Amino acid sequence: MALFIVRRLLQAIVVLLLVTLITFALLRAIPGNVAAAVMGPSVYRDPAAIKLFDQTYGFDKPWYSQYLLWLGHIVQGNLGYSWNLNQSVASLLVERIPKTVVLVGISVILAVVIAVPLGMLQAVRRNKFVDHFFNTFSTIFYAMPVFLLGLLLIFIFAIKFPIFPAEAPQGETLGVIFSNFNAMVLPIATLTLVTLALFSRYMRSSVLDNLTEDYVRTAKAKGASERRILFRHVMRNSLIPIATLLGLQLPAILAGALITESVFNYPGMGLLFYQQAQKSDYPTLLGILIVVALATVIGSLLADIAYAMLDPRVRYS
Amino acid sequence: MSMPGGVAPESPDPAIRDADFISEIADVATVAEPRTDEAVPYVTLPASKPRSAFRRGLEVFLENKLAVAGVAIIVVMVVFCFIGPLFYHGNTTVVDFANETLPPGAGHPLGTDSNGNDVLARLMTSGQISLEVGISAAILATVIGVLWGSVAGYFGGFLDAVMMRIVDAVLSIPVLFLALVIVAIVTPTEPILIGVIAITSWLTTSRLVRGEALSLRVREYVQAMRVMGGSSARAVLRHIAPNAVGTIVVNLSFQVADAIALVVALSYLGLGIRPPEQDWGAMLSNGVTYVSDGYWWLIVPAGVCIVIVITAFIWIGEGLRDAVEVRLQRR
Repeated sequence: MALFIVRRLLQAIVVLLLVTLITFALLRAIPGNVAAAVMGPSVYRDPAAIKLFDQTYGFDKPWYSQYLLWLGHIVQGNLGYSWNLNQSVASLLVERIPKTVVLVGISVILAVVIAVPLGMLQAVRRNKFVDHFFNTFSTIFYAMPVFLLGLLLIFIFAIKFPIFPAEAPQGETLGVIFSNFNAMVLPIATLTLVTLALFSRYMRSSVLDNLTEDYVRTAKAKGASERRILFRHVMRNSLIPIATLLGLQLPAILAGALITESVFNYPGMGLLFYQQAQKSDYPTLLGILIVVALATVIGSLLADIAYAMLDPRVRYS
Repeated sequence: MSMPGGVAPESPDPAIRDADFISEIADVATVAEPRTDEAVPYVTLPASKPRSAFRRGLEVFLENKLAVAGVAIIVVMVVFCFIGPLFYHGNTTVVDFANETLPPGAGHPLGTDSNGNDVLARLMTSGQISLEVGISAAILATVIGVLWGSVAGYFGGFLDAVMMRIVDAVLSIPVLFLALVIVAIVTPTEPILIGVIAITSWLTTSRLVRGEALSLRVREYVQAMRVMGGSSARAVLRHIAPNAVGTIVVNLSFQVADAIALVVALSYLGLGIRPPEQDWGAMLSNGVTYVSDGYWWLIVPAGVCIVIVITAFIWIGEGLRDAVEVRLQRR
């Protein structure tokens, strides 16, 4: 087990290094001169100034030295400087990440709490009305772009029947967000429904797989009640793939969060990314890219380890 | 009774020489009629007419009502978007503020948008772009993914490890984030958008195909071909990739659904196709401004089109998956 974790950890580090390489390649693909981007186009009239800038910041070195220099900064937590917002990318992220974590965290927890019993209900009542009913819903929510769902919720619950505000709470601190929780209902509902559609489909098929297993027949033969079989045996085993799914679907959930944040103008990391994409603020974009990739790699690492721990049949090789 | 290659060698025994038609026997069950003139026991044929793997898969697919409905929806949508404009002419290009945001009514079945353009006509031309970009991007992504995955799986070892770590790395950057950065760097025209979506979404295909390649490369026929002096390129292109075709086709259908969702999301965020060209996502993006005025016809038609097209491709994919699984089981 320890060897498995170490191997998997090394793999994750290799993947992260490749991510930084991809990010660096994107950075180099950006047209234009860095000195001009920082000091303004008038610097083109003064080649000496460009040369001095390049020497000071290492832009005259070959690409691999530049990469190592840049990687050194990243490892130290220096993600660059947003000239557009006149703030370091790291400090921007410190402001924004907790807000995204709150939105994603609450939505994912809600989605799992609803998806598990729903998936079980659908599996037990397979091909009955209840199953078809929820299947239709989950297919529609799965097929519906996140922004469309958000707009639909705004249209129904904020415009036709003004129950909730159409805009997420605006504020620097998390306290503002929690004190105005009414405004969080629609963004959370949007992200929850999208995630729920994903999870309940998996839970349904996972329960269906488990219901045909030998241990269910054994439990039945022992005289265990339906309820006991379902909740003691089948549910626990069906949850194993859900644990993995949580880690693996993190990129999709974060993408959903980006769109949800932009629809409801929720000041999280996704909205920042979207706004800076329109302004070509590359340091911010690439900084967020690295953070998001780090989260994904850690997510799938934890998912693999959790899977190996939950399911002893998995061989650590 | 099976003959290599389906052709029996010449035999002095007339009964066995009849086996020249062995390949036809599979199709013509009447050959199994007992021969009265000879007492020689002949080949025993299955009672029912054997069908090709493709036919069996097709039957399973056609039994799936949702999958058939999916195909019907796509056919209708393609006709609507590409042939519809030949019969329905509406203003899609000229700005006409005198007729802006008209509700559905005479002359404009789905009303007009904020530029005074006819929503129904725009729905058709926008649909062309959404479908073109989504389908081409999915096909391109599949080609990249199949080649990458079959090369990695076929050669295995260090090359496989390197290629798959690259897949892991790209996969760990959410597609939407990566695509947004790329379209922030390059201005997206239709071909560029297809390329961007393709290079951000070939990864799952490559993983699936690699898995198939790992099991296919040790099969006897691949080994036999190698022994006969066939090249690695031939193994990958003629044997590995075509044999993974079931997995690939199923995945392609889901890829199209994802690609359309992605192009629509990019356009909604204002970073997809640039005006005056427009796709369904951009139509929604324009309509959002007026949502508080209750101008539902700027949102609902494009929204419904997006949802039913994506749903249709998911249904087709699920139908294909069942069909391929049955084919594999009975093989």
